Amino acid sequence: MKILVCIKRVPDMESKFKVDADGTWYEKTDLAWRMNEYDEYAVEQAVQLKEQEEDSDLTVLCIGGDQVKETMKKALAMGCDRGAHIADDNSSSKEPFEIAGIIAEYAKDKSFDLVFTGMQSQDRGSAQVGILVAELLDIPGIATIVDFVYSGGEVKVKRELEGGVKACVTVKAPLVVTCQLGLNTPRYPTLPNIMKAKKKELLSLPVEDLLKVDSRQETAKIYFPEKKGGGLILEGDAPELVDKLIQILKEKTAVLA
Amino acid sequence: MKIILVAEYRDGKLLASFNELMDFADKMGGENVMFLVGGDNDLPKYDGKLYLADAGTFGEYSPDVHKQLILDIVEKEQADMVAFCHSSYGWDLAPRVAFALKAAQVSEIVEIVDGVPVVPVCNAKLRRDVQIKTKRSVVTLQAGAFGLPEEPAGTPTIEKVEGDLAGRVQFTGYEQPESGGVDLGKARIVVSAGRGIGKPENVEMIANLAQALGGEYGASRPVVDSEWVEHNRQVGTTGQTVAPKLYVACGISGAIQHLAGMKKSEFIVAVNTDKDAPIGEAADVLVVADLKEFVPLLTEKIQSL
Repeated sequence: MKILVCIKRVPDMESKFKVDADGTWYEKTDLAWRMNEYDEYAVEQAVQLKEQEEDSDLTVLCIGGDQVKETMKKALAMGCDRGAHIADDNSSSKEPFEIAGIIAEYAKDKSFDLVFTGMQSQDRGSAQVGILVAELLDIPGIATIVDFVYSGGEVKVKRELEGGVKACVTVKAPLVVTCQLGLNTPRYPTLPNIMKAKKKELLSLPVEDLLKVDSRQETAKIYFPEKKGGGLILEGDAPELVDKLIQILKEKTAVLA
Repeated sequence: MKIILVAEYRDGKLLASFNELMDFADKMGGENVMFLVGGDNDLPKYDGKLYLADAGTFGEYSPDVHKQLILDIVEKEQADMVAFCHSSYGWDLAPRVAFALKAAQVSEIVEIVDGVPVVPVCNAKLRRDVQIKTKRSVVTLQAGAFGLPEEPAGTPTIEKVEGDLAGRVQFTGYEQPESGGVDLGKARIVVSAGRGIGKPENVEMIANLAQALGGEYGASRPVVDSEWVEHNRQVGTTGQTVAPKLYVACGISGAIQHLAGMKKSEFIVAVNTDKDAPIGEAADVLVVADLKEFVPLLTEKIQSL
């Protein structure tokens, strides 16, 4: 069985963001980076499937500059067999259709049985790429899964809907699934596996060879939302803050009465 | 400009979000029609043409089929835009429609400023103005970003959609969330724990504050996913919606899915080390402090009142 998992390297969302010089993306220096959270669930599920199915081969794909190899190494240490690094220093300016186009171009003649992606990236958050890849490859795609069972070419998934309801769906491979939070508990790579990952294949391919679609949208500008004002900000020492807050709760609410 | 508004229907019921699509259409101007895979039993109060496909025939979840039905209507109406909610239904269906129409898809629109769609970036810390380069477009709307101030009261003109289509996936039924446990919706005070509490041992500190205030404790999604708190205490889109007299958000950054579940609370206090956390936008008071220091002190003080 051939499996592909697509991941993205994103900043930690707790970071202090700045607008870049062009005003069209965030400044990429001075940020802590990690694997997109949704993609960690995708990697874990792909590794579990690989472990379940004999003779399977799991490729992790990531688009970006050389730095993303660091994130790919984590995926390799979690259990992916090989890495396909699509070298692109301008990946952050590419819109979801271009990203999906690159992935589909890479995957089209490789007969993957299963493709896993996160349901969205934490930075751009457009929630499109996985389903677009499915459409481009002309195979079924199912978004936002929280349960996955594979057996003999048939896949049973549960999709997470609003209000905690789940939709149960059955479909035949090949297909693409996009992974939602809570699908599984991503493993921590062990030290021996981190060492082993260093020896795994990690090929870089130039993005120019794979980008065959035109962009359909661009960012006119990026900026901080206007503070709507309303809220009062309290800063200072904890004991002082406690007194201030209690005073406010007494004045503005009836909960301490 | 002509927009197809794609309403949603689940488990035999129309979802109230159709009204968000209507407000969006009003803000865009021009013409619009609505599309629903649903039933006669529960129709949107929409004064316009409703293309109604029967959920019994076409299925509530059948992406290949729903896509084709929408494409047929886009063709028939010569529409310029298809609008979805940024929901589990929209995430799954909108990119398929965009792909088939060779259209740009703009996801999670929070507002339209001079005709330009604005979307959040990085957990709503930043915003982005999007320029669409295609003739047609597909959009999804952030939950709660749009909505008519009053319940709409129209009656649609129904045009039944017929057809014989088959999809590649088989929907086999819904699974309801585990019921029982805590009804946070009834609590007068809710104190919630977010990822910022750091470790499972700190849930107790949040529960203690809730108890001192005579309320219940809840949690944001990451805390529930980490199994630090059981799912029946989750506040947000995929958990419970609450509107207590007082909501205290501890170490919660304020993802839109969480805000959607608590923003109707009467008074909101957020405790966070990050002054710029999006929760600050929803909070009446943002206390910039280390939870582990502040929360036990506050609890102690309240107990001594």
